[in-house]
Amino acid sequence: MLSEPRFRSPDDVPRLLARLRELSARTGPVRLMEICGTHTMAIARSGLKSLLPPEIRLLSGPGCPVCVTPTGAIDAVLALTEDPRIVIASYGDLLRVPGSKRGDSLLYRKALGASVEMVYSPMDALKLARTRPEKEVVFLGVGFETTAPGTAACLLEARAEGLSNFSVLCLLKRTKPALQALIESPDFAVDALLCPGHVAAVTGAAAFDFLPSRYGLPAVIGGFEPADLFYSVLTLCEMLAQKKPACLNEYLRVVRDCGNPAAMAAIDRVFFPSDSLWRGLSLVKQGGYAIRPAFAKWDAASKFGLTDFADIEPAGCRCAQVIRGVASPPECPLFGGRCTPSDPVGPCMVSSEGACAAAYRYRPSEASANPEKKQEEI
Amino acid sequence: MKDIITLDYGSGGTKTARLIEEILLPALKNPALSALGDGAVLPGSEKLVFSTDSFVVTPWRFPGGDIGKLCVCGTVNDLCMTGGSPRYLSLSFLLEEGFALDDFREIVSSVADEAKKCGVAVVTGDTKVVERGKGDGIYINTAGIGFQRVFLPGQSGILPGDRVLLSGTAGCHGAAVMLARTGLDTGNLVSDCAPLSLLSCAVTEAATVRILRDPTRGGVATTLNEFVEHMPFGIELTENDIPVEPAVEAACGLLGLDPLYCACEGRMLAVVSPDSADAALAALHAAPGGEQAACIGTVTNRFPGQVTLKTALGGTRLLQKLSGQQLPRIC
Repeated sequence: MLSEPRFRSPDDVPRLLARLRELSARTGPVRLMEICGTHTMAIARSGLKSLLPPEIRLLSGPGCPVCVTPTGAIDAVLALTEDPRIVIASYGDLLRVPGSKRGDSLLYRKALGASVEMVYSPMDALKLARTRPEKEVVFLGVGFETTAPGTAACLLEARAEGLSNFSVLCLLKRTKPALQALIESPDFAVDALLCPGHVAAVTGAAAFDFLPSRYGLPAVIGGFEPADLFYSVLTLCEMLAQKKPACLNEYLRVVRDCGNPAAMAAIDRVFFPSDSLWRGLSLVKQGGYAIRPAFAKWDAASKFGLTDFADIEPAGCRCAQVIRGVASPPECPLFGGRCTPSDPVGPCMVSSEGACAAAYRYRPSEASANPEKKQEEI
Repeated sequence: MKDIITLDYGSGGTKTARLIEEILLPALKNPALSALGDGAVLPGSEKLVFSTDSFVVTPWRFPGGDIGKLCVCGTVNDLCMTGGSPRYLSLSFLLEEGFALDDFREIVSSVADEAKKCGVAVVTGDTKVVERGKGDGIYINTAGIGFQRVFLPGQSGILPGDRVLLSGTAGCHGAAVMLARTGLDTGNLVSDCAPLSLLSCAVTEAATVRILRDPTRGGVATTLNEFVEHMPFGIELTENDIPVEPAVEAACGLLGLDPLYCACEGRMLAVVSPDSADAALAALHAAPGGEQAACIGTVTNRFPGQVTLKTALGGTRLLQKLSGQQLPRIC
């Protein structure tokens, strides 16, 4: 249902494009930001940017969980791997992210002999802890409201079982405070927002109403198939042209107004909103989740004394600006030269959902076929 | 007590002999192998094709096959892609201490079944056992020899205007293995692991073929990039023409992967002359396993050295080689 052909290849593209051209003639240049890494990748894969009228510019926001994790947190995790008792359990994406030292990542540590296991869900990490009682399993809880419920369920289960060799390093982020920080930052220059469909499936569509009501920004909650993306962009442009900002849910087949109350309740039982360091946004008030004191025994931060992660930028890396949509990936002096997906400097090039990785992997063919432009970009 | 591989099985003594006499020989019997010499003595041909490959896959049993089937198809397919007709295989095992003998038997039986289907004989081999913790259960290396059936010019024979054919759906093997690794229900998603003997014969007999390649690691996107690298031509693909099973699409969506970068183990990419493309496609459609073959793109001189993709939306983007490894790793 979620990826029927009609969502993958809409048959009315020429009509929609004609409408977009009409609208952009009325609005003039507009900047639309997607704030979900999956959208970033879907947009790049669909080739949407190569179709849009030049007035419509799509920017990537702080929506890739790996990208917004501060370098200091990665350094702390890398340091943990030096303890032979510890097994790090992590989603695949995080394994290649370098800490403050270039090339030093969980994958590199694993090759040197550290215990690092890739898992697909926090429950797999829990299983690992059960089967290896002699080890301390630390799950790296990254992500937004999307991965928070699963992480919460896993902590509830660990507590119910009294599993003492398991803990979670909570690096979970909250979307709304980060969006507020982004919008209120002095260099914010975005006209409308494409909101994350998966986050909204948990929080509910209404959670994004503040964008038009408080900031006058048109917002669309969109799906991830090419047709979803196209319609979302069109809807944002319609609102901009009519100067009638609203928050519209285009992802009706998944997202309800009230979201998923059971998931939100699980989050609330285990976590509480707390100030959190975001790469690119610095310290965001209430911008993350922390583990409630009742679960302190399973909180890797208190168990291993990990606090106050620093946000250290590698020299020359502009990930922080890319994450805020202030710089586009090719504007970074390292993009495509010193920083590539196989040898990344910053996290935006590492994560499959990062803006730089998307821009590098799925460049429009014209740009790269033109050697002069390529040179200029690199 | 469960019968398992122990270090004794690698000693070269009686236990090693037991593996050979009780498991390997009965399954793979043929005159060249049964002589149990240091190597096989074989009748020859003027032009030989020769290839080798090592197989490392977790889990070793996956939906649609196992490492035994894979290690035969992998090398047989490499020979077929050079225009050869595969004849002989070598078979070397690296076993980890503790590996169950029943599993070993099952794998050898898969090797035997697949070799029979492909018309190849396993004529020489080796087994080694490594200490527990120093291997991943089982690794297999096969090398294969075949007789050249047809000369294929390769990359340098490709010309603008040529058509690019794919013999079936993209990415099934990679997606099936990765999904199996997650422990999720794989439903009707199975690996495409299969020999390409029939399909490679069909296409070379029906058409003027420039190059054949099976898109294993790195998938269709990476293999096509190898065709155009440093060449004065590029390839333009049309996304809507590339067959991808809905189950693969869904699995890739779930795991954050792209089917065009997922390995195939029983698919073939063929570049053929424009005038013979229809005949090539008809021949593939008529051969077992080629029912879903499609013309997915054209060789062009517009973007030399690059593979571009016309997306379902009608946009255009670059399709690059896989850089680094896909996480999770396939094989």
